Amino acid sequence: MSDAPTEVLPHAAGPRPRSLRAKPVRADRVFRSVSYAAGGTTVSIMLAVGVFLAFRASDALGVSGFSFLTTQEWSPETGTFGIVAVLFGTFTIATIAMCISIPLALGTALLISEIVPARVKRVLIMLVDLMAAVPSVVFGLWGLFFLQASIIPVSQWISTYFGWIPIFAVTDPSGAHITDAGAYTSSAFIAGIVVALMVVPTQTSVMRESFSQAPLGEREGALALGSTRWGMIRTVVLPFGRGGIIGGTMLGLGRALGETIAVVMIISPVFSLNWQVLKSGTNSVSALIALRYGEASQFGLSALMAAGLVLFIVTLIVNFSASIIVARSRSGADSN
Amino acid sequence: MTIVESAERTADESAPDSTAPRRTHIPERTHATTAPKRDLRGTPIDEVFNVLGAAAAGIAISTLLFGWLTPMSGLIGWVVVSFLGFLLVYAVLTSLRADALAVRERIMTTLFYSAGVILLGALIFVLSYTVIRGIPALINPNFFVETMSLAGPLDPLSSGGVAHAIMGTLIQISMALVITIPLGITTAVFLNEIGGPFARFVRTVSDAMTALPSIVAGLFVYAAIITLVTHQRSGFAATLAISVMMLPIIIRASDVVLRLVPHNLREASYALGTNRWRTVWHVVLPTSRSGLVTAVILGTARGIGETSPVLLTSGVTAEMNLNPFQGPMISLPLQVFDFVKSPEPTMIARGFGAAAVLVLLVLTLFIIARLIGGRGPGQLSDRQRRAASAASVRDLERIQATHEVARFAHDPVAANAPRKPKGRPPADLQWRMSRQAARAAHRPAEQTQATAEPPSAPSAPEVAPPSGHLAPPASTPPLDHDHPTSEENAT
Repeated sequence: MSDAPTEVLPHAAGPRPRSLRAKPVRADRVFRSVSYAAGGTTVSIMLAVGVFLAFRASDALGVSGFSFLTTQEWSPETGTFGIVAVLFGTFTIATIAMCISIPLALGTALLISEIVPARVKRVLIMLVDLMAAVPSVVFGLWGLFFLQASIIPVSQWISTYFGWIPIFAVTDPSGAHITDAGAYTSSAFIAGIVVALMVVPTQTSVMRESFSQAPLGEREGALALGSTRWGMIRTVVLPFGRGGIIGGTMLGLGRALGETIAVVMIISPVFSLNWQVLKSGTNSVSALIALRYGEASQFGLSALMAAGLVLFIVTLIVNFSASIIVARSRSGADSN
Repeated sequence: MTIVESAERTADESAPDSTAPRRTHIPERTHATTAPKRDLRGTPIDEVFNVLGAAAAGIAISTLLFGWLTPMSGLIGWVVVSFLGFLLVYAVLTSLRADALAVRERIMTTLFYSAGVILLGALIFVLSYTVIRGIPALINPNFFVETMSLAGPLDPLSSGGVAHAIMGTLIQISMALVITIPLGITTAVFLNEIGGPFARFVRTVSDAMTALPSIVAGLFVYAAIITLVTHQRSGFAATLAISVMMLPIIIRASDVVLRLVPHNLREASYALGTNRWRTVWHVVLPTSRSGLVTAVILGTARGIGETSPVLLTSGVTAEMNLNPFQGPMISLPLQVFDFVKSPEPTMIARGFGAAAVLVLLVLTLFIIARLIGGRGPGQLSDRQRRAASAASVRDLERIQATHEVARFAHDPVAANAPRKPKGRPPADLQWRMSRQAARAAHRPAEQTQATAEPPSAPSAPEVAPPSGHLAPPASTPPLDHDHPTSEENAT
């Protein structure tokens, strides 16, 4: 068997190296060009949006200059308009939403990934996904017709007992405490609660994914050393999922900043810095656009574009830092 | 071991008395005392009573506070105070029996559960509140077939409906899907299968566009299309706004799904000599089909519910308009928004009715998405798995049959003196071999020739041995030191 002659194929005798360059067939060339065309179309649509926004916004920004970022009123017709009040309102609502949504999302994510059995887990994941698909106008309806009426006593209670903290106070211009329920409607607090419910699903799913990637060995190690389940979560799951917590929070923040219709339905717009979150009257960039676009002249539209551009840039920064944080926390856990 | 056993057996046969040593010694259990088995899974009874007692105490505390002691009111406040009271009492009750670590563990677990309960309770409450308040409008059949063109704000719910808004939603979302599905999925395929610096750029831009607030997408279409080109609001403008908003969502979701397709599947396809296009069409896309469908349906659910881009672009109308290029065309979310702006109770009831229709539409889409998809690529349902394994058994038989023919054809030693397995092969193997033989015998000669013919052996079918000698490679004789194998004989 071992002394069997090795057969030399006649055409293999020549030392001419075979060309290894792949020459794509026609189907491949067509596929390649179609794919490139689709990618190019997508990019051009999206760049068109960005460029068009920037281009049209530059009219208004050229007139107002730097005062766009410092003025509170919004009357482009008279030339005095600025974004500081609406941007302040946007951030107020988003901050309140974050204060409510982070504990909820964190608790739900830990419940889903660590505590419930697998069967319940699937159902819970499905319900959280369903919540992300509920239209915002439905949340707006709920906030307007149910939540507002039942949350006002809570607002009154907070402002009565914690009114010494400036943001919880509800005062008239002379500084006297108001107890009338009408002063508590349409506040940033109520809008913040509704927006919180809308962003919780996003945050929950990002956090849950990062928690489920915490290594099994460390979990079992912690349990074997006698830690309780909460001890294991605190020392293993939370440190490993830190990137997911931050990234999920910021992704939710991006959605909260851009939320429109639920906010429009609830708030009563004011163009001033309202520090009292429980008091009626706040504003947001998207609500400004939704309420003012119809009556706007070409210049007014340009001013709204400028506001939209600022909002876009803010959400862009928030989203990109979020995805960088999430991606960094996932390094090494890639499937490929 | 065998020797002992046989000796024992002979001893048993020769002297069958009761004093023969037992083969296995099982220790007596009488002297060992075992503790009662602990239940590690269920909840102990005192724990159940702790929870129940703490809940009762929390409710009592808050009822006391709200009803008698302090001037507090409101349902939500009552619930919050009850919950805080429950936590406090529960911690105290637990600490009677357990140490601080266990108390902390119980409290944290309770907090996690309550976060989940609050979230899902809010979800169910929001949905059912909408549907229940929509029922007065929904029980009128005219609500689904009439438009609002003849119904004023003061008319009862028995006249007027949202048929125009339902049609508007369906037309707009279908047109948006016609734009976004091909473009989105092709872009996702481009990102995954072609790659390169331009693909990275595309991915960055489309990630950036997921941050685009939907109202800004609407504003873009309003300023770029409506004020500059068409000068009127139309369903088509709304379609464009929805498409700008949905495209990044679909690209991103499909990108994630396609990235999960295992690389060895692609490599196997390339190794079989396919080109890139065929790999994508026959391997990558079928593998990720359920995921792609889910991505599209979830994107559709998002797109249907978006109000703000439509608010700026589609315009409000009370009439049925089936032409998306001409005149305003309202959709369901915008109709809801428009209804509830009115102070009239009937209009608000209609708003809730329209919202309920919207919710039911989204729920239906969501359930369809879960039924179709919800599985990662390569994860199959039971039926799919059975079908796949049946197909691979057929492939295996076909390949084995052709391989046996080919092996015997150009291996003269094996063809002349086929190695016979020493023992009988297992029953199922035998059955499969006979089936293979039957298939090989029944197969038309030219087909066998075409599939089995190696380039060096033109006369393969003639040299094929009788079917009884077909021996799968798994049944080679076991190594035995007493009998030399056929290789040792040959050397």
